[in-house]
Amino acid sequence: MDNSEGYAIELRGIVKRFPGVVANDGIDLKVRRGEIHCLLGENGAGKTTLMRVLYGLYRPEEGEIILNGQPVHMTSPRAALNHHVGMVHQHFRLVPTLSVEENIVLGLDEGTGPFVNFRKTREKISSIANEYGLSVDLQTKVWQLAVGQQQRVEILKALYREVDILIMDEPTSVLTPQEVDQLFTTLRTLVDDGLTIIFITHKLDEVMQVSDRVTVLRKGKVVSTLPTAETDKPTLARLMVGREVVFRLKKGPIKRREKILEVNDLHALNDRGLPALRGVSFDLFGGEILGVAGVSGNGQYELAEVLTGLRKSIKGRVFLAKKEVTNCSAREMNDLNVAHIPAERIRMGIVPALSIRENLILKKYRRPPFSYREFLDNKEIEENAHRAMSDYQIAAPSYETPAKLLSGGNIQKVILARELSENPSLIVAVHPTYGLDIGATEQVRQILLAQRERGAATLLISEDLEEIMTLSDRILVIFNGEVMGILDAESADIEEIGLMMAGTRHKGEEL
Amino acid sequence: MGWETWIITTLSRSLAYGTPLLLGTLGEIYAERSGVLNLGVEGMMIMGAYSGFTTAYITGNPWLGILVAAVVGGAFSLIHAFTSVTLKANQVVSGLSLTMLGLGLSGMFGRGWEGKPLPATIPKITVSGLSKIPFLGPIFFEGQNLIVYLTILLVPLLWYILYRTRIGITIRSVGESPATADSLGINVDRVRYMCVLLGGILAGMAGGYLSVAYRPAWTEGMTAGMGWIVIALTIFAFWNPAYGMLGAYLFAALYHLSYRLQPWVSPELLKAMPYAFAILVLIFVSRGTLQKRMGAPAALSLPYTRGEE
Repeated sequence: MDNSEGYAIELRGIVKRFPGVVANDGIDLKVRRGEIHCLLGENGAGKTTLMRVLYGLYRPEEGEIILNGQPVHMTSPRAALNHHVGMVHQHFRLVPTLSVEENIVLGLDEGTGPFVNFRKTREKISSIANEYGLSVDLQTKVWQLAVGQQQRVEILKALYREVDILIMDEPTSVLTPQEVDQLFTTLRTLVDDGLTIIFITHKLDEVMQVSDRVTVLRKGKVVSTLPTAETDKPTLARLMVGREVVFRLKKGPIKRREKILEVNDLHALNDRGLPALRGVSFDLFGGEILGVAGVSGNGQYELAEVLTGLRKSIKGRVFLAKKEVTNCSAREMNDLNVAHIPAERIRMGIVPALSIRENLILKKYRRPPFSYREFLDNKEIEENAHRAMSDYQIAAPSYETPAKLLSGGNIQKVILARELSENPSLIVAVHPTYGLDIGATEQVRQILLAQRERGAATLLISEDLEEIMTLSDRILVIFNGEVMGILDAESADIEEIGLMMAGTRHKGEEL
Repeated sequence: MGWETWIITTLSRSLAYGTPLLLGTLGEIYAERSGVLNLGVEGMMIMGAYSGFTTAYITGNPWLGILVAAVVGGAFSLIHAFTSVTLKANQVVSGLSLTMLGLGLSGMFGRGWEGKPLPATIPKITVSGLSKIPFLGPIFFEGQNLIVYLTILLVPLLWYILYRTRIGITIRSVGESPATADSLGINVDRVRYMCVLLGGILAGMAGGYLSVAYRPAWTEGMTAGMGWIVIALTIFAFWNPAYGMLGAYLFAALYHLSYRLQPWVSPELLKAMPYAFAILVLIFVSRGTLQKRMGAPAALSLPYTRGEE
């Protein structure tokens, strides 16, 4: 047992299979007591799966879990909590309609009989909150909180359960840069108090900034475990991707053309019937990419839906090439040659059960050359599929392969091939590279830049600030359904964008 | 008959008629709060009515009839719990089949039971003293039975449990976000089973009340669409027991009025009302966005499997 000394967690030979994939392929991981240990890897490398095994959400087919030198069986989250292991999931596990304190004590036997003694629990929560600077109003309903505050509730929830080991799954993806700094300070304090933290991420900067040691995963296997101080970003990137990473995005100078899209005082409601857009106005020109930055849930998805005809606005007007298109249907927007690259590519971008060939013509199968009256022209459709697959380098056994069997990157390329095939004047792209590996990301970005070169107007909605900064010509920051300001991407300062994402209005001239 | 007597009888009968509606609604509120839509209320009710009646007839004990009705309703609801919670099947389909199964079974076994009189029924009680209160006295304290009062008492009890106890927080969290509940060690399936079971017990009781107390006789299909009205009332109550009481009695009053309107309106049309209502409800429950706006439990009718999001 000597070599277990000092390790809070030891995972030995963890194997977890899903139908068709081995998500974890014999993973060994050792995490020292009192360190921040980063799990670095691309999407699909198996980081989250591994942590779900540790948290008892998945049962591994093979391997053992050793906590503080003792082998344990993690049969359920309850078992994990009993062993003082807590997890803050990427998509928060909070009940929106319950108050903060109800969320914190949920599932615990606090109080007597069926009653919760909130006076006592409040004391304990407040003392934890004060100690770590995690203040949040306890009686507020969770849905009324901003995302950053919701994350505090998640951390409080874990600390209230007196965890020794805290797993954080991509905790920064929903935060503004300032909130990220704050989170890192909190994590440092926790570690100083003896907690052990596992931090899942795919962002190299965060690894360098926050961790003591880092384990790199690739395709379900551990590539290496290194002390952070003895490595650097290029090394980690190479380990993560498995080859040399050269960022060779070619972005030419802007050649702004005529105005394509004009949005005036746009208002719309979200699914719950609450205001999602409150007077959004902007212009978008041919040959430029306008990035929309904002924390998730501030109206950017509703904006994309209104512009693609999927949601009705309640006030305001939209003009496409000087023609009014306010509240046109999705079919009409499609026929006006507007391309939509939706956020949820499997749910909204493709018909999973249809073949690549069929998915490629979803936008235009109603017209020649693909159909005449009720009949499809299969020869044309097949030629179209050949062309698209070679132009966009879609890797698949054949064009008869159902789209659902493709990887995320190839699905996205099918969508791009379809949406961009008729040289759209306006492209609405939402999270175009979310969840893609570095290679596919690069390709997708290059395609969008080529469209810009051609003269298309692109509205790029993304939560990835780095993506917005690299691709955009101008950056629109949205908060609570309002435009906080539009900045020039060349001179934009990431700190300022962060403040605007949190609700500070841009001072200075509007672009 | 003076107009005052007319109003008093109408309201007093509404209270009696609203009782099974309220029982069913309270049960369905709990089931749906835990995230399980049970469209089988009609089936559970009619099974309760049939088994309650036959038990009361054979044993001569109407209270035993109500008890058996509750047990049968509960047992019947477990079919739905099994298909929708354990097998994760489509809850609409499973609930509808439960209704059809209940109507079919009770119709088949109930053949010989029609038209038989019960030897004893739940006694009507008059609270001496209170019944002398003008106007309200005869409505509330004359000629009602114990179940009417017990049902009214259930409302604050179930409200309190749902909003003020740990059990309630657990149930609501399972219906809003099962993944959250699961990650905190709550047994989602067990909570859902319990809530569906409670719904079945209360629906069974409602049926037993109909055939043993309200109108002590067995008729095929005697619940006559009441189960569907319960589903509608659950929605109109915003999944809150207190509003459920309001809705149940309000609807009962309207329904009762419609009987008294028969001299003027075609009885066939009035009889078709619950079914027209049922169609409206089905349209409504299939409209996701509309439900969201009314504050339906976010995970209503969605099966939960750990690790799938």
